[in-house]
Amino acid sequence: MDPTSHQFKENAKQALSNDNLQSALAQMKVGFVERRREAAEKIPEFDRLRDQARDLKNHTLANLDRYLERYERKAIEAGAHVHWAETAAEARKIILDICRQKQAKLVTKGKSMIAEEIALNEALEADGISRVETDLGEYIVQLRNEPPSHIIAPAVHVLREEVEEAFREEHTHLDDARRLSEPSDLLNEARAILREKYSEADVGITGANFLIAETGSSVIVTNEGNGDLTQTLAKTHIVIASIEKVVPTLEDASSILRVLARSATGQEFTAYTTFTTGPRRPEDTDGPEDYHVVILDNGRSDLLGTEFQDALRCIRCGACMNHCPVYHAVGGHSYGWVYPGPIGSVLTPTFLGVAEAGHLPNASTFCGRCEDVCPMRIPLPKMMRHYRQEEFDKGLAPPAARFGLDLWRFAATKPRLYRLGTRVASWAMRLAARGGSLRKAPLASGWTDHRDMAAPTGASFQDQWSARGGRRRPSAR
Amino acid sequence: MPPDQSTHQEPERPRVGLFVTCLVDFFRPQVGFAAVKLLEDAGCEVSAPLNQTCCGQPAYNSGDSKSAAAVAEGVVRAFAEFDYVVAPSGSCAGMIHEHYPRLFQEDPVLGPMAADLAGKTHELISFLVDILGVDRVEAAYEGVVTYHDSCSGLRELKIKAQPRQLLASVAGAHLRELPSAETCCGFGGAFCVKYPEISNKMVSDKADDITATGADTLLAGDLGCLLNMAGKLSREGSGIQVRHVAEVLAGMGDAPAIGQIDEPMRKEG
Repeated sequence: MDPTSHQFKENAKQALSNDNLQSALAQMKVGFVERRREAAEKIPEFDRLRDQARDLKNHTLANLDRYLERYERKAIEAGAHVHWAETAAEARKIILDICRQKQAKLVTKGKSMIAEEIALNEALEADGISRVETDLGEYIVQLRNEPPSHIIAPAVHVLREEVEEAFREEHTHLDDARRLSEPSDLLNEARAILREKYSEADVGITGANFLIAETGSSVIVTNEGNGDLTQTLAKTHIVIASIEKVVPTLEDASSILRVLARSATGQEFTAYTTFTTGPRRPEDTDGPEDYHVVILDNGRSDLLGTEFQDALRCIRCGACMNHCPVYHAVGGHSYGWVYPGPIGSVLTPTFLGVAEAGHLPNASTFCGRCEDVCPMRIPLPKMMRHYRQEEFDKGLAPPAARFGLDLWRFAATKPRLYRLGTRVASWAMRLAARGGSLRKAPLASGWTDHRDMAAPTGASFQDQWSARGGRRRPSAR
Repeated sequence: MPPDQSTHQEPERPRVGLFVTCLVDFFRPQVGFAAVKLLEDAGCEVSAPLNQTCCGQPAYNSGDSKSAAAVAEGVVRAFAEFDYVVAPSGSCAGMIHEHYPRLFQEDPVLGPMAADLAGKTHELISFLVDILGVDRVEAAYEGVVTYHDSCSGLRELKIKAQPRQLLASVAGAHLRELPSAETCCGFGGAFCVKYPEISNKMVSDKADDITATGADTLLAGDLGCLLNMAGKLSREGSGIQVRHVAEVLAGMGDAPAIGQIDEPMRKEG
């Protein structure tokens, strides 16, 4: 996927004038917030669980090499093939080689953001391998030929009517007169179509929510059960996961699972939580004959020991974007790459650099709601500020902004001069507004294009305060 | 109590330095005087050092830490002498309380001074309630008011119950909660001019929510957010009065609302 993060402003403008998208976003912004709040309030220990989950991941990241090696050893013992990929290109090659070796014609895919990160879909397509997304949301965006706009709800930007349209266009073998007006109609139709694909597929690819060092297992959580069918009905199962997905023990995975679904969808637990350890054993009735795990670094190990290490705690629950007012305004595609929302505003400059993605950490009011709801307590605003600083230090900030800051600094470090300046500006504004509001102001069109600007109500506090000799009311002498 | 008897009769009166904030200083000085009244009524001796300008947040949030530190140094030095520093803003108080120690963490002189300042800096309303134990005010304000929780105060300083507690004691004022009270209004300092369309979408949604409450007055504790929301409501032709919560709590709610000239024409009750 070619990033468009550098044109975030244009993307956002388009998104704001897209009525369908705005209707979809208006629906999502209420539901997720309410459900997460209810789920969190239901268990008094929720915040303590968040602390535990944070500490556990911090411990894991401090010993990442050890846990990854342990995971590899246990996974191999269970019969897995473990592959290490340092870059996205290496991961793609590993997966394509397996597919070629299996002479795969059809691949089924469960939801995986890592697959998006390494641009796996494009690579499969270029190799002539058909791909069917089995997560309903992913299936919808596949039919619409677009990337997911949210990390747990890929088609959250799509209205029901638009899904119906995509299904009618694609499923031409079905009766034109069929009813598709209810969400359940759409779900059943997708289910019926996907059923056929699961056993037809040569390779099933899934992501992983966790890799468990203690047992060598991979874990996925889903609500549709599509992941289980994807990974058990194809003869070959490939798991693609990034290095920070490892946790020490089963117990640790269940600790994090307690905050994951509650933060994501407000569920206590997802409908399906599936642990996979190795391929089918002789006594098993089903399961894949081959089980591969591709472990991707793609720059993550460079973050260890830096101010961005905390971002590796992310469990991809989506709570930050579900609560982000900027995401609510412009949707996930505006962010221009794989990861949207506040975590995307940190990860995108990490992966692509501030020259490409500098807008994202700037396009935040620092309202702090993302950090407030993050189950792993990732200090997202602090990291965005780091990127603003990097951008400023590299001289990438717009010249007008730099000039403005220089001017402001010059005045704000000289209180007498500052007061003189405010006196003149205040006088001019009051004269222009005659005490009320300005509808237009020079150099402030960003403000006055959309709202009035209140004029000062009088001389500055400092001038009035000095005139009164440092007293609240004029003294009654 | 008469404010102009700053004598040594009551030696335990806490000495409070008022950090006026640049927005209050410039746009709405009466918020500063409301703060002085509330603090004096609660028994404080209030000073407002003349050598204060801004907390440095515009530079800090723009990634210009050097400029931020240059401006913040002025604040650190100007307020070193007080028992407490109080600002009628969660955003500026949050900057000093949360971020100054980080800004000066490698400075052997200013580092400890900044840490000391951070520890004694408070937002006005939470200072009155949490530190001074004020649980009611003598004020009247006729009308249905709704309240927006500004982000920095809410999340950095945990200000939520304090303004509501004091508002409950204002005669004639009825609080009707804003369902999206905890959602950012879209101000965000430079954000609102750097990303004007996104900011506009956020403040438009906020204005709709405010209007839907049916309240005739909107209050909040941060002038940046208030100017943003008032500017939007005014542009939309709304008659909703917008004020800083300190004005109402100090019994100064009869001045023209933000951006308005005339005497307020509030609906009764």
